[in-house]
Amino acid sequence: MVAVKLWGSLRAFADGHEVVQVEARNFRELLDRLGETWPGLKPQIERGVSVAVDGLVYREAWFTPIKPDSEVVLMPYMQGG
Amino acid sequence: MALDNQPKREFKVVGTRPPRPDGVDKVTGRAQYGADVSAPGMLVAKILRSPHAHAEILSIDTSAAEALAGVKAVVTSRDFGAVGDTIIDIGEDSSPLADIRDNCLARGKVLYDGHAVAAVAAVSAEVAKAALKLIKVDYRVLPHVTDVDAAMKPGAPVVLSGRVEETVQRGKSENVTHYCEFGHGDLESGFAAADLVVERSFTTAATHQGYIEPHACLASMTADGKADLWCCTQGQYNVRSVCAEILGMEASQLRVTASEIGGGFGGKTSIFIEPVALALSRKAGRPVKLVMTRDEVFKATGPTVSTSMDVKIGMTKDGRITAASSHLRYSGGAFPNATVDMGAQAAFAAYDLKAVRTFGWNALTNRPKESAYRAPGAPQAIYAVESVIDELCQKLNLDPLEVRLKNAAKKGTRSSYGPTFDDIGLIATLEAAKAHPHLKAPLGPNQGRGISAGFWFNFGGNTCVTLNINTDGTVSVTEGNPDIGGSRASIGMMAAEELGVPFEKVRTIVADTASLGHNDITDGSRVTFAVGLATIKAARDAIQKMCRRAAAIWGIDEEAVEWVDGAARPSGPNAGQFPPLTLAEIAAVSFQTGGPIAGHHEFNADGAGVSFGVHIADVEVDPDTGATKVLRYTVFQDAGKAVHPDYVEGQMQGGAVQGIGWALNEEYIYGADGRLQNAGFLDYRIPVASDLPMIDAVILEIPNPGHPYGVRGVGETGIVPPLAALSNAVSRAAGVRLNRLPMSPPRVLEAILSKG
Repeated sequence: MVAVKLWGSLRAFADGHEVVQVEARNFRELLDRLGETWPGLKPQIERGVSVAVDGLVYREAWFTPIKPDSEVVLMPYMQGG
Repeated sequence: MALDNQPKREFKVVGTRPPRPDGVDKVTGRAQYGADVSAPGMLVAKILRSPHAHAEILSIDTSAAEALAGVKAVVTSRDFGAVGDTIIDIGEDSSPLADIRDNCLARGKVLYDGHAVAAVAAVSAEVAKAALKLIKVDYRVLPHVTDVDAAMKPGAPVVLSGRVEETVQRGKSENVTHYCEFGHGDLESGFAAADLVVERSFTTAATHQGYIEPHACLASMTADGKADLWCCTQGQYNVRSVCAEILGMEASQLRVTASEIGGGFGGKTSIFIEPVALALSRKAGRPVKLVMTRDEVFKATGPTVSTSMDVKIGMTKDGRITAASSHLRYSGGAFPNATVDMGAQAAFAAYDLKAVRTFGWNALTNRPKESAYRAPGAPQAIYAVESVIDELCQKLNLDPLEVRLKNAAKKGTRSSYGPTFDDIGLIATLEAAKAHPHLKAPLGPNQGRGISAGFWFNFGGNTCVTLNINTDGTVSVTEGNPDIGGSRASIGMMAAEELGVPFEKVRTIVADTASLGHNDITDGSRVTFAVGLATIKAARDAIQKMCRRAAAIWGIDEEAVEWVDGAARPSGPNAGQFPPLTLAEIAAVSFQTGGPIAGHHEFNADGAGVSFGVHIADVEVDPDTGATKVLRYTVFQDAGKAVHPDYVEGQMQGGAVQGIGWALNEEYIYGADGRLQNAGFLDYRIPVASDLPMIDAVILEIPNPGHPYGVRGVGETGIVPPLAALSNAVSRAAGVRLNRLPMSPPRVLEAILSKG
């Protein structure tokens, strides 16, 4: 299981949890499991999210491996100018 | 993945300052910008724009315009196709394609003063202008709103219906499309532990990127549906994707070539005119050139968000921040966006806080669709935060730099937006500022000194590079990102470094969309990091092939060959004794040893590494007029490894200058009718050289562990601290806190007079 920190405005769609547990080995599985377990998160996931794994922020990288003890933080899709 | 296990720390080319490769073309006027491209039989296009801030389009009659001699095509939104629900990453925002399309030519409603309604292609600019006057648009004018706070109130005129995301609380105006919240810890306990709590409200105006070159393009579509497009853009691949969808084309049939670019700063990540020019060319059967006027650039292309913000921070007498919160209300104009996410995440990122919370909302207003502008969303939020920290320091009689050091985020800090920081350079940057003579220089009457920290994320993204070894021993690098900040130099330098050849042997060009695989937009301070990394990998690919050729020439195993200082050499005691084969020698016989030699790399780069900066500003405020003169300005920034220090300093100086403009003068001013009052550089005042002192740039080089040379992005962080650095300096000089940007002379004078 991986512990995933959600940003504040998503917690309402995960029964108020700041951290949720999902079974995932990589970025894609993480998003799939989050959407299945907490369907209310799906609209945001579809609009776009980034995932910080052990401090590094990834966008779209489906096969980024996630270890069970990794620090995993769901973030909005990173944008820049 | 970007993490590289072949770190290189001894450099021969990287870190030097060779002449810029685009310099001669630019100073001799040979560089081809967007408006410089022409084609035989070319028509000239002009766009009809809304005179209303908000109105329903009841009808558009183009018949008289079409009948005018010399007019070859007229288009409206009816000439664009359906695009479904596709969302595309375009600079600052992941925008629905339908919004981009409807911003290019209004569909059903005009949403701001200057919104495009129709376009004409004619044999001359004069005929096109005359034709615009013959287009009859029947409007029903609607109530409008241009202020973010007014737009959020229930009962405000609704700009677009049905766009509210599920996260937004009920009871707000339908203009409030997006809500976000970040942070951790117990705010109540944190504020209770403070010796002093300061809570202030701030506003910032929308500002324009102010690039010298207006948007321009040339579109040429043939009868068989193939098209070529030349345009000034920060991302030709995204132009292709968007235009192909809107025009109903296959991407392979549209080739987009990016011109030389006369400034972008994020504002040329968006698409405004290219689909219009293509639609006109398709209809007319001739090439069509479309160049915006400056008035159009201001009215219809990307300013930043305008904001209204509340910040509350608690601090102990010895300068420890006990809790911090902010409420950010951003408006990115008439279409939904989530820029406030970036501001909310960045607001407190410089600090190690046990209790921190940021709440953010986006509201629609009848203003042009926001475009990215360097570190989108961050300068505004950090301005408010750094202003309150400075006020706390003043009231508690604390040194503002020491307070920032005491609270600085460092390796192991849980950031205010969630992840735990790895190696970051904030403390080193603050220490460099602390040790700099600027901080100890005396100040005179009516003078003040302000400091501010700043932060930006940086990112990588999709990248593709090809590197060809030419038979004369030179190297051609083909990359796909328009060069807005010196990337051709830095990429060529990294190729030279890796291959072990002089920089002068390498030429880097920016490819069109048909010549190289996809590259994300030039944004997010990504290019030197991501394209540089891909170039290093492509060079290593070519090196491997050259070692293989050398092994074949020598008749030894390729594993027994290594690459050192630009040449293949036998490696190890059993490899045999052979004189080194240089790159040029291997290239010269490449046709005989297996054919041309090239390296290639494509990937989705991650691991960009966040960046921090600290700025110190000295100003003098005229107490009689409220005018501010910037006396001295120093920028300290963690660049990771500075590949070409001239360009890095230029980025830092440029960010500071643009930020000074935001802080002191620049703003979109709307009349009661919702129309923009200052759409030109006479009335929208950007800083010019005579307004400014030399901007001193101090580069810190804390290596990014996600890049083999330690490179971080440097393009955006520099614009984050100036707003608060200036505001804190002006507030100390004037003896009264300023909380509204820009700090134009009338506003500063009003503040001075109000203190009595």
